[in-house]
Amino acid sequence: MNAKRIARFGLLVALALALSYAESLLPSPGVPGVKLGLPNLVVVFALYRLGTADAWALSLVRAALASVLFGSGVSLAYSLAGAALSLLVMCLLKQSGKFSETGVSVAGGVAHNGGQIIVAALLLETTRLAWYLPVLCLSGTVAGVLIGVVSALLVKRVPEFKS
Amino acid sequence: MEWLKTHRGDVLLIAALLVLAGALALFLRLGRHSGGYVSVSVRGEVVAELPLDQDASLPIETEGGHNLLIVAGGAARMESADCPDLLCVKMGPVRWAGESIVCLPHGVVVTVEDGPDGGFDAASR
Repeated sequence: MNAKRIARFGLLVALALALSYAESLLPSPGVPGVKLGLPNLVVVFALYRLGTADAWALSLVRAALASVLFGSGVSLAYSLAGAALSLLVMCLLKQSGKFSETGVSVAGGVAHNGGQIIVAALLLETTRLAWYLPVLCLSGTVAGVLIGVVSALLVKRVPEFKS
Repeated sequence: MEWLKTHRGDVLLIAALLVLAGALALFLRLGRHSGGYVSVSVRGEVVAELPLDQDASLPIETEGGHNLLIVAGGAARMESADCPDLLCVKMGPVRWAGESIVCLPHGVVVTVEDGPDGGFDAASR
């Protein structure tokens, strides 16, 4: 890793963290897990412009720091599970070549919610969380479209960050 | 249309997910029936069971803090809590078998369970 790459990486982590914080200020709609996923803007950007390895590092560092800084005790597991499953699915879809940033982001949004439901079901030892699946599937799709459209613009228009 | 050609995969994926969400909602909705009682658990351990046809209030003490559960008019709701996000309070009342209120920070799960005469008969009436 050269100095330029480290600096870019740090900048994106800071940006993703700031977006995590901004999102934690937004009022919650009342169903756990329903959110915009603003930090995913940076993750999708990194995935397309910096490559898979940097996107993974960015996403996991962001998730860990955000849950330590803005979350409560147990949120680390939820945060990491959501981030990891989301990025795994996004990498697979991107590599398939059949989807644009929007499709990749939509799948990431739904996978993020799915990962968090799985961890919640494991930690709380209950399978009754199925009731949240429809609304989280819907909200993940809608949020994914919004984030994906903006990400596609960023990937196309931000002039710097060519690795 | 040029845009549709380049985004064919995206559109199909979004449509599939919307259909999936709708199918899941329909499946859960069709299978729903009123519950008999609520089961309250803290970190996977059942600490209380309250019948839904009797109004009651239950303070729940956990390592993380406390929650106040209210049963009224056949539904249970989290009246107050000292968790940071208050999502459990915002979730509102639950009354259908299988529905639940979750307070993640405190590890509290309130689940509506079938009554003694619930289960299959109630679901298929």
